[in-house]
Amino acid sequence: MGEKSMKKTSETKKHSKFGELVIRMIKEKPLGTFGAVITVLLLLTGIFANYLAPYGINDYHVQSALQGPSVKFLLGTDNLGRDLLSRIIFGARISVIVGLSATLIATIISTILGILSAYIGGTFDLILQRFVDAVMCLPGVVLLIVIISIIGPGIWQVIICLGISGGIGASRMIRSLVIGIKGNMYLQAAIAVGNSTPKIITKHILPNIMAPIIILFSMSVPGMILAEAGLSFLGFGIPPPAPSWGGMLSGSARTYMFRDPWMALWPGLALTIMVYGVNMFGDAMRDLLDPRLRGGVGRYGIKVPKMATIKKEPATPNESSS
Amino acid sequence: MQNYIIRRILLIIPTVFFVSLIVFMIIRLIPGNVIDIMAANAGLQGDFTTLDRQNLEHLLGYDQPVIVQYGKWVGNIILHGNLGNSLWSGEPVMDDIKVRWPVTVELGLLSLIITQIIAFPIGIYSALRQDTWGDYLGRSFAILCMALPSFWLGTLVIVYPAIWWNYAQPVMLIPFHVDPIGNLKMFIIPATILAAAGAGGNMRLIRTMMLETMRQDYIRTAWAKGLKERVVVLRHALKNALIPIITILGYQLPVLVGGAVIIENLFNLPGMGRLLVEATNDRDYTVVSAVMIIVSVAMVVINLLVDLTYGLFDPRIRYQ
Repeated sequence: MGEKSMKKTSETKKHSKFGELVIRMIKEKPLGTFGAVITVLLLLTGIFANYLAPYGINDYHVQSALQGPSVKFLLGTDNLGRDLLSRIIFGARISVIVGLSATLIATIISTILGILSAYIGGTFDLILQRFVDAVMCLPGVVLLIVIISIIGPGIWQVIICLGISGGIGASRMIRSLVIGIKGNMYLQAAIAVGNSTPKIITKHILPNIMAPIIILFSMSVPGMILAEAGLSFLGFGIPPPAPSWGGMLSGSARTYMFRDPWMALWPGLALTIMVYGVNMFGDAMRDLLDPRLRGGVGRYGIKVPKMATIKKEPATPNESSS
Repeated sequence: MQNYIIRRILLIIPTVFFVSLIVFMIIRLIPGNVIDIMAANAGLQGDFTTLDRQNLEHLLGYDQPVIVQYGKWVGNIILHGNLGNSLWSGEPVMDDIKVRWPVTVELGLLSLIITQIIAFPIGIYSALRQDTWGDYLGRSFAILCMALPSFWLGTLVIVYPAIWWNYAQPVMLIPFHVDPIGNLKMFIIPATILAAAGAGGNMRLIRTMMLETMRQDYIRTAWAKGLKERVVVLRHALKNALIPIITILGYQLPVLVGGAVIIENLFNLPGMGRLLVEATNDRDYTVVSAVMIIVSVAMVVINLLVDLTYGLFDPRIRYQ
């Protein structure tokens, strides 16, 4: 065992940072790895939906509508005779697109707002933060329903709305991170030698908050996916016939569910598995990337006594806000 | 303490100002074609055949400068408590809201209670038996709770019992003062489903806080005194672990309200969330803005109360 692990440890030194992260994930976080596998599988499902789906999303097989699972239709058909499996597969694509793009927008907005608010400080910070307070007081679903009812439903509208409202809320966290490093000596030094503000922000602040930003990114993807599904469920998301998992549970489908309960089962199951996987993956990423949370657990390959394996989960108050 | 309270209350003013500005801007940003749709809608609904475009613009106040519109709107709310009249029924929005808010508050309170009933035992157990199978099970359950979409859980609860046992949720709201048991029976399932998401987050938080507290020196002292586990956990550890959990409450409320919107629509509960969706579908924007303002101001006030009671639970906090 000793020689083998020694060899492995020395091998990992040659790996890139990313490769090392993957190996640590597999070694230390079995559940996170499981989540990562789910995430990657769904990502691939979304990307290759065209090739995986046995039928098109709007192929009507009217004579075999409202059927349970069969060999021809693995998950059954809906009230219009559309193959549920194909719709679920294409639904994965919508969820992946919405989850990733909305989070990307949210991350960019929260990073810009957070850094500006903390770096400029003073009255600007005070006023901007009251604005952030105001947005955080308006429940996300309420705000989104109203905005989408005005600008009209559609996938890009949903992505932009989710991204902006999520980004404003999350900027609070970035701000506190930047305030945390603002007093550091190296930053004072960088200012003192006359670096320009953009350079300080991009070269000295941004790299130091990169890990938390990645964590924030991976933690907010499942929330965005759930929010899109919820909006589509209420009829304010992606309009039919697009196969959004939330939309498949709402509208005219609801009246047929009592005759074909499979229709009620699959979209939610797919959604639950995806959110569960991404959550697990995000958690593991957070534990691996955030050095403050590493606790007594050493780097990969170093054995520590049982008592010292204290893992801490942080109290993140805005964890559940979407 | 007094200074802190005053400062905290003063800080509310800009927040509420921004809230009103956001709501006003959103409603004001309605593009022209939506007004056409509204006018068409009004025609279709029959009662307001005379409600043409100009009339509608006048009702929405669009024929005045923006600042005057905003001033009038805010002035009416502050001075007269008047949130405007519904565009379609013409009745004051307040009348509708007065009937609706108790439903949402009951749903929210019940769900908060259920959240804690689920979260506390599992969270504490998970922390005390860290890294055992029980802990893994509890944590997996917590993440599962967070992953389950409430609208799916609700759909399943509606569809499957109906098929298997011919059971259906009551359609009409049973008021609490008429039949308390029937009322609770009606609310308990929606509230439990709404509680699931919050329970997952709370479980994890309670576990973390308990883990942290159980390593403190005063807990070791309590053990050393030979106290029973029950006393150490409940009296010494839990009391201290509670503090952050109370603050988290303020952050959870908007999520709870957002969930309530979905649950109320799913279970046909005539609360504020249902009102919002109905009004949005009807494009009755005075009702929409009224609901938004009331909900967000309620959030501001509850957050303030949470912040102020924080000091009661944690005597170490002296407010500077």
